[in-house]
Amino acid sequence: MDELRKRAKELLEAGTVKVVIGYENGSAGKTRALFARNAAEADKLIFDSRCIMNLAAYLTKTEVKGIGKMAITAPLPAMRAIIQLASEFQVSDDKLMVLGLTPDAKMLEFKSLSEVEEYVHKSAIEIEAKYNEKLEKLNGMTPSERWNFWIGELSPCFKCYACRAACPMCYCHKCTVEFNQPQWIPVPSDDLGNLEWHMMRAIHLAGRCVDCDACYNACPLGIPLNLLTKRMLIDAKEYFGGYQPSIKADHLMSTYKPGDKDNFIM
Amino acid sequence: MKIEKKIIRKDSLEKLFDKLRGSNHEVFAPMTRNGKLSYHPVDKFSEISDGYIQTTQSSKEVSFPRTEKLLDYSKNADGMHVKGIDPEQIPSVILWGVRPCDTMGIGQLSSIFNWDYKDEIYNNRLSKVTVFGFSCNKADEYCFCTSVNGNPGSTEGSDILFTMMGENGDYLAEIISEKGAAAAAAAPELFTEAGNAEKEKYLASVPVKFNREEIHDKLDKYFESPEWVEQSLKCIGCGACAYVCPTCACFDIQDEQHGKSGKRVRCWDSCGFSLFTLHTSGHNPREVQSARWRQRIMHKFSYMPDRLSVYGCTGCGRCSRACPADMNILEHLITIKEAAL
Repeated sequence: MDELRKRAKELLEAGTVKVVIGYENGSAGKTRALFARNAAEADKLIFDSRCIMNLAAYLTKTEVKGIGKMAITAPLPAMRAIIQLASEFQVSDDKLMVLGLTPDAKMLEFKSLSEVEEYVHKSAIEIEAKYNEKLEKLNGMTPSERWNFWIGELSPCFKCYACRAACPMCYCHKCTVEFNQPQWIPVPSDDLGNLEWHMMRAIHLAGRCVDCDACYNACPLGIPLNLLTKRMLIDAKEYFGGYQPSIKADHLMSTYKPGDKDNFIM
Repeated sequence: MKIEKKIIRKDSLEKLFDKLRGSNHEVFAPMTRNGKLSYHPVDKFSEISDGYIQTTQSSKEVSFPRTEKLLDYSKNADGMHVKGIDPEQIPSVILWGVRPCDTMGIGQLSSIFNWDYKDEIYNNRLSKVTVFGFSCNKADEYCFCTSVNGNPGSTEGSDILFTMMGENGDYLAEIISEKGAAAAAAAPELFTEAGNAEKEKYLASVPVKFNREEIHDKLDKYFESPEWVEQSLKCIGCGACAYVCPTCACFDIQDEQHGKSGKRVRCWDSCGFSLFTLHTSGHNPREVQSARWRQRIMHKFSYMPDRLSVYGCTGCGRCSRACPADMNILEHLITIKEAAL
């Protein structure tokens, strides 16, 4: 941890970056985002297993970007999110430095996002084994059973959009759910309104979701939204050879090529 | 009416529940789902959670549902036809297990729905609700009711307030209103005389951290403070705080139309969303999150007391517990209190 604090202070004191985004102790034993802009603030930086929020979600936030060049302390899921954001032109080397973190809180220094990408590519995204049983159970359901499962699970949703706000990939200034001419997604938090909202969000994350569980961790009502995105990772593997965020590679779901098969349309 | 004190045995609460449940009342009580506590219609006493400090969601949904139909409409050759809500269809509800910070919130929420326009549907729903408050015998670091004129044993907003006298002890029942007396009359045999029983020694200790009037006065000069940006850099702009809040009342009106008929629906909304204030022109008077966070605090501690003579915060601490970014309203209010102006 001393290494991370020391490096953060150096970067701030030298003016290399204006802010180091990291974790600090929060309320009731939780952790929260820290925006260190001077050495004294950098002393509050921490990293441990409680640091589950994906801080990459702040990289596209207007007021945070407005501070100036950013450094971010990033465990693997955040690094993956950063590479996906780079591939979507949301972050770049001239505005962002990455201080990587291993699970045992060792700091990894990267000179560029390409080096972050190299590190990220050393391992594939693996769905945690504890989800296998649930995912297999869902897969074994008939369509109507699955429909009923999701209607039930989503019924408490009051559409606070914490899942969207906590997701590094949900950076649109205007989300599809907010278009009202026409109103694509019903506004009420009822069966259909909730189902359409969560399906729409999940599909927009296909081939982009880095499986960080930020959506699930953010949900104040504990809805297992990450089962939807994990399912898409499985499908990405089965139908498209797997998903790995890459700065330059084609996007899994949103790249059209003239030679694509179109026999499924008619 | 004068508050009437009675004793009800712990094991008699279930009998009271069964009597009321069987007398055409729906009972809304805290139930756990996905590890979170919220108010749901309950059929069996055993489904009710107890021992909680606070529920994740407030009980406001009983009078202000997250999605509520206001009217049906249809169009045919004769013109437009509108059918409103029949108040007779609104069920009688016992709201069971509500903490005093939430019962205090009922008055604050009602003052918004009765400010200029008297909201008939809201008032009709509330008129059918009998509130069973349960005093707090424990609190956590998020609780600050005593800083906003509440207390863990406050009778404000309850029709009956139950206070557990000691761990697993019997309950002191304070019958506060006519509605409360009517509910207790469903099973008078379960209530005995209270004698000199006092609740104070059984109540949680919640230290006073500030005084709401001093926050109100500070805010008069605090609008341009750079502290709003400081506090809200970590705010991710979701609506969790507003939706779990017992007094947040903002809503959006939607027409859900299919063909020539549809329904008009009121849906919760939040000042934390960027779209909330977006004008058709594209201009947004609250363009950044700090302006939205400021609005949330100003509304509760400045605008509401100025316009409605009530504050909009009960110190329940839910917004802080629910916040996915660990924004902590108590910390922020203390910063405002301590600000040198």
